Amino acid sequence: MQNTGPQPETPRIGKSLWSDAWGKLLRNRLAVACMVVLALVASGAFLTPLLPLQPSDKAVTSRDFEPPTFRHQPSDNLQVRRNDEVVPLTLVVIAEADAKAEKVEQQLADIDSGDHERRKRVLNSIEDVRQRPYLEAGFTNMGPFSRWMTRMRLRIFGNWSIPSLCGRDSLGRDVLSRVFWGARVSIIVSIVATLVSLVIGVSYGSISGYFGGTVDGVMMRIVDVLYSVPFIFVVIFLLTILGEEQTKKQLAEYGIDRITIFYVVVGAIYWLTMARVVRGQVLSLKKELYVEAARAQGAGQMEIIARHIVPNVMSVVIVYLTLTIPRVMLFEAFLSFLGLGVESPDVSWGMLASEGLDVINPVRTYWWLVVFPSIAIGLTLFALNFFGDALRDALDPKLREGR
Amino acid sequence: MIAYFAKRFVWLLITVWVVFTVTWILANNSPGNPFTSEKSFPPEIEANLRRRYNLDKPPLVRYTLDLGNLVRGDMGVSTKQVDFTVNELISLCWPVSAALGLAALAWAAVVGLVAGVVSASRRGTLADLSLMSLATVGIALPNFVIAGFAILLFSFLIPLLPPAGWGSPRYLLLPAFCLGAPYAAYIARIARTGMLDVLSQDYIRTARAKGLSRLAVIMKHALPTAVIPVVSFLGPAVAGIITGSLVIEKVFAIPGIGYSFVQSAIDNDTPMAMGIVVLYTILLFTMNTLVDAAYTWLDPRVSWEDVS
Repeated sequence: MQNTGPQPETPRIGKSLWSDAWGKLLRNRLAVACMVVLALVASGAFLTPLLPLQPSDKAVTSRDFEPPTFRHQPSDNLQVRRNDEVVPLTLVVIAEADAKAEKVEQQLADIDSGDHERRKRVLNSIEDVRQRPYLEAGFTNMGPFSRWMTRMRLRIFGNWSIPSLCGRDSLGRDVLSRVFWGARVSIIVSIVATLVSLVIGVSYGSISGYFGGTVDGVMMRIVDVLYSVPFIFVVIFLLTILGEEQTKKQLAEYGIDRITIFYVVVGAIYWLTMARVVRGQVLSLKKELYVEAARAQGAGQMEIIARHIVPNVMSVVIVYLTLTIPRVMLFEAFLSFLGLGVESPDVSWGMLASEGLDVINPVRTYWWLVVFPSIAIGLTLFALNFFGDALRDALDPKLREGR
Repeated sequence: MIAYFAKRFVWLLITVWVVFTVTWILANNSPGNPFTSEKSFPPEIEANLRRRYNLDKPPLVRYTLDLGNLVRGDMGVSTKQVDFTVNELISLCWPVSAALGLAALAWAAVVGLVAGVVSASRRGTLADLSLMSLATVGIALPNFVIAGFAILLFSFLIPLLPPAGWGSPRYLLLPAFCLGAPYAAYIARIARTGMLDVLSQDYIRTARAKGLSRLAVIMKHALPTAVIPVVSFLGPAVAGIITGSLVIEKVFAIPGIGYSFVQSAIDNDTPMAMGIVVLYTILLFTMNTLVDAAYTWLDPRVSWEDVS
């Protein structure tokens, strides 16, 4: 086509969908507040081992149900037992354990590489030796990166810990640090499970939309049937069956634990809506004039998909993603609340709320056990929900001009 | 209309069959069996019992037998509750859950609708802002969090209502409130959006121009149209309330179906858990069908062909 009309004097500067949406988000004050809250929660969760918090699994039974206090007590600090004596957890203690682990590691070189059984046993014992000082101090099993962060914390703050600002629970564990460690689990679980649903949903939806015809009809009928399945019940059923001792042992051999099952199962539920949304988008995008124009100009299949279809599907997918994360987080909390989610000694927010509700009674209200985890869940979910809504409004092309 | 319901019925059968098959396969491939917990069963007796309950037959035969029983409406015997069939247990529990769910749904619908309409008709005022902020809080908070705060406030701080149990209508208030709260919030938001859409229509201006009062315009002309999106939300709301009742019944120690389900799933009472899953599938499907059917009744523009 030839453009014969007069050119405008000042060419309008093209604004991409994303920069436009970003500008709109920044103008929405509540959305900015939500982003700040989410950034704080995320960085707090990420940096938890670095913060001078008490260990999340250290039970001080003599201090059970201690109400919130600003007073610092010696047992707040990181301590380990050595020869019936309580000594502070220091880098020296950790270095001793690491040295011991290295010594065991040298044995490994002597073992014949074909002897898998024995190698595995020795590797496990190395891991145990390394973990021991942390476990003794009251931390849960940690990966190498978290252990490194804990050592950094010891360098910065020593073994000093924040007093029990949020009180202590029925076993005398610090609620503040449990809320922080719970955030890690809740956030990771919801993000991974959402990504699983993203992968399933986007591929299912785009295949269905791209092929169209009978394939589309059959695939969408399957989605329709699955929609009316009460999945929560099926999931609970599944989790309890797979949670049985025997099954658990079998699965553990393949390296599958409850959290992995949770990821897969939740991903398997929440992809339904994603598949529908993506399919609808792909169906309509296929027929768009600009796709046809690109094809007429000689763009290849891959180029059309990469430059025209994917960017247009992305906005919908991202909005749906931000709205799915809070739902998954809620679902995890819901399952942990029923005792089917994460397992002790790991903590999650739903588990904390459940523990809090279990021990409230009219004689003495341990309000801090209910209130603090609830604030953490409520605030995060509120921010996520609101941010998702704001993002949807910002990305809505119908609202793009004139506002 | 009859064609529509017939079609939906066929889909219901397919859905129930899918759910039954999936749960059956899951249940029958788990290593535990009803006799795991009893320690001292002589092997001969266990073999007898297995024969009695067809556990010695090949899987396909057992599946067909179980499916046949399901078609006849017999869900089997509970393996944990002494001397109860699944049907008896469900018939004991469901009135409790139904009362709770209906109370929650009723308050969610009424309060949500009123809040939404008030909010829309006073758009931009302080009332609108505070109602909508409250609604967002209601959507974001999990119902067990609301339950925790409600118990702390209304049972312990101000001892008005019992914190747990079942019996008189007083026991219904707190759980129904907590169960319905998120849905009241959703309904308020949906009703507000629907109302705002309708209020900007020409026929509303015409009604105002011919001298009707604001109230009359809202009640007679705007509300019937604005209610449609709310009705379409009732399907998901029912599903959500059913799900939520799992938690709420646990928190308030209410002997309903949700509580029995969690208990039976944890206790490995497979027939009971399967029975409840099938029951809820039917319930959910029926509700969605009724909601779709309600469209045609509320909105004359929608025909029976559109909903199916």
